[in-house]
Amino acid sequence: MNIIVCIKQVPETTEVRINPETNTLMREGVKSIINPFDMYAIEEGVLIREKVGGKVTVVTMGPPQAEAALREAISLGADEAILLSDRAFAGSDTWATSYTLAAAIRKIKDYQLIICGKQASDGDTAQVGPGIATHLDIPQVIYVKKVEEIKDTTIRVWRMTEDGYEVIEAPFPVLFTVVKEINTPRLPSLKGIMRSKQAKITVWTHKDIEADFAQLGLNGSPTQVAKVFTPAPRGKGQMLSGTTDDIVAGLVNILKEQQ
Amino acid sequence: MPIQVIFEKCTGCTVCVKVCPFDAIRMMDKKAVINLDKCTLCGACAPACKFKAILLEKSEAGSPKSDLRHYKGVWIFAEQRKGKVQPIAFELLGKARELARDLETDVSAVLLGDRLEEEIQELIWRGADKVYVVEKRELANYLDEPYTNVIVELIKKYKPEAFLCGATTIGRSLISRIAIKIKAGLTADCTDLAVDKEKKMLLQTRPAFGGNIMATIICPAYRPQMATVRHKVFPESPSDMKRKGKVIRENLDGPILESRTSLLDIIDEIESTVNIGDADIIVAGGRGMKTPENFKMLEDLAKALGGAVGASRAAVDSGWMPYSHQVGQTGKTVCPKIYIACGISGQIQHLVGMQSAKTIIAINSDPYAPIFKIANYGIVADIFEIIPILTRRLKEVCKK
Ligand SMILES: Cc1cc2nc3c(=O)[nH]c(=O)nc-3n(C[C@H](O)[C@H](O)[C@H](O)COP(=O)(O)OP(=O)(O)OC[C@H]3O[C@@H](n4cnc5c(N)ncnc54)[C@H](O)[C@@H]3O)c2cc1C
Ligand SMILES: Cc1cc2nc3c(=O)[nH]c(=O)nc-3n(C[C@H](O)[C@H](O)[C@H](O)COP(=O)(O)OP(=O)(O)OC[C@H]3O[C@@H](n4cnc5c(N)ncnc54)[C@H](O)[C@@H]3O)c2cc1C
Repeated sequence: MNIIVCIKQVPETTEVRINPETNTLMREGVKSIINPFDMYAIEEGVLIREKVGGKVTVVTMGPPQAEAALREAISLGADEAILLSDRAFAGSDTWATSYTLAAAIRKIKDYQLIICGKQASDGDTAQVGPGIATHLDIPQVIYVKKVEEIKDTTIRVWRMTEDGYEVIEAPFPVLFTVVKEINTPRLPSLKGIMRSKQAKITVWTHKDIEADFAQLGLNGSPTQVAKVFTPAPRGKGQMLSGTTDDIVAGLVNILKEQQ
Repeated sequence: MPIQVIFEKCTGCTVCVKVCPFDAIRMMDKKAVINLDKCTLCGACAPACKFKAILLEKSEAGSPKSDLRHYKGVWIFAEQRKGKVQPIAFELLGKARELARDLETDVSAVLLGDRLEEEIQELIWRGADKVYVVEKRELANYLDEPYTNVIVELIKKYKPEAFLCGATTIGRSLISRIAIKIKAGLTADCTDLAVDKEKKMLLQTRPAFGGNIMATIICPAYRPQMATVRHKVFPESPSDMKRKGKVIRENLDGPILESRTSLLDIIDEIESTVNIGDADIIVAGGRGMKTPENFKMLEDLAKALGGAVGASRAAVDSGWMPYSHQVGQTGKTVCPKIYIACGISGQIQHLVGMQSAKTIIAINSDPYAPIFKIANYGIVADIFEIIPILTRRLKEVCKK
């Protein structure tokens, strides 16, 4: 089975802190990592390949330095990697991002399964996965928490819902977005690390994917950021002190009021 | 270049440097210089510059919808599961009424399913002026493709200017497909929706970068303007049995009802306590709880308050609580009326999951714990002293 895994390079959010004096983001020394949810996507792709054979191709759209994310994916078991990098892609919202990724996947042509993470930790919209599926006119199952059975022409999975899960059967080709419960990502193997160093990363620009220029990047994006601001800090909190009985009495009053 | 700094106008104030989420702007000789290798054209800097020194050019040549004035009305997707309209629909209706007032238009609900008579009435009582109903056996349960196809047809026919949808599993799966098909902008997880009355445009505000910054997003050249909203971010609109509304039934048939995926089973996992995503009150514990047995104490308190128990990742990773109770970046986002954090330090990954709670109460023995910075009420104390007495007092109060 030919599996495509879409990954995004994101800032390691643990290190994103607000500077209390200036109320701005502190980004010094922020490392870039593979979006945490995409680690599960890579692992699931590799697991399925180990079970039924085939190939895992990782794809990312991003600046030249996103190559590092692709190499890491190879160290984790992916076979091939494609970097979509072009100034023409800059400013993409989720419509244009999924358009671009779909164009690249169409060019890869021979695929049965596309796996994305549930959402990216920076943009955080969870819209790109379903977007790719729609551009390609293939079905999707979002929030997959388990692959139950793989047959020749269909695959059966569990989709996480608010109340539990649904069992869904889909024909190939299909796109999944995966949640954390689906597996435990492995650590890179020594062989994998060696391979990732030597691996050839294919780089494609808008010309290679034969995309309609008007649909790309800033110009192809319906949404536009009008303003960015730091959230208003919550009102200064109040500390309750005194004896345990005082505190408990205070709490009981607050709870009664707020309920 | 689509982005450029007009040096004559730049005063070197550095506001753009601070606002850039990608660290792409530096000051050189007191002028802003944009590093195009890092810049993603996200648009954060241009509106932040008071001197209009940053130009971000966008050609709208690609926008297909020439006459936006034909698009009228605010729509909401009335999600139903097992034939029951979900509370998120009533939350959206409340917001939609405010927006429709400012846009001088009306509110419609879109309801797909099978045999939904009573639900239609409820949507009108809750604020819908019109309800578009498509009842078909094929639509009884949610399926991506027929739902997308049907709603795309309705949008093409009736042309709403705005369309709101819940950020639920179903909502996200559906609305992302619709937005692609009709080429519309879609803003995820809005925490605020307002109207620019002059331009009759929707101002959609959402958190990004783990809640560290807020972005207001607009879609000037595309309609409908689409947005998702998480459950419990807006209050439900009240039911008014005197309200009247119009029901518009669409009879659609044929291939648009076909689905390539099939739904084989729906399994509800019965949880011993209330689902934390739905709870109005959450009592959450962290590493400070020390043992799994101590969580019993929190369960007792939650029970006395009619709430649910949440946990930090430290508590979940220690195996004290199941993952379904985890609050935070890699767990659930909750928005209860009251959140009581017990022995949780308040790291950013935890805060992003609970900071929109209405009232936050924190109990921690460390006066410098970061949780106190966002708490409305803070208590520097040992949890094990406070919680059992609090639970007992609450039970006494309840009895009275
Ligand atoms: C402050 C801010 C707010 C924004 N808000 C919106 C908004 O509301 N609506 C909107 O349309 N756009 C928005 N954007 C733009 C959006 O972040 C970008 O389009 C981004 O490229 C993709 O969205 P995401 O990060 O939300 O990805 P998600 O949709 O959350 O990602 C889901 C999955 O898709 C795959 N994927 C995502 N991006 C890539 C990639 N570049 N390469 C390969 N695979 C990928 C990964 O598997 C990932 O796990 C915003 C940007 C900023 C800076
Ligand atoms: C990528 C990533 C994703 C993450 N996602 C999440 C997430 O989804 N959710 C999440 O919660 N975390 C998440 N984390 C982890 C997060 O960074 C913190 O490590 C975690 O939240 C800490 O949990 P805690 O507050 O319970 O523990 P600690 O930070 O150890 O805090 C324990 C607190 O208990 C107090 N305490 C101890 N004894 C007592 C007592 N007797 N009485 C009162 N107070 C007491 C201490 O003063 C201390 O403040 C994530 C981290 C990463 C890197």
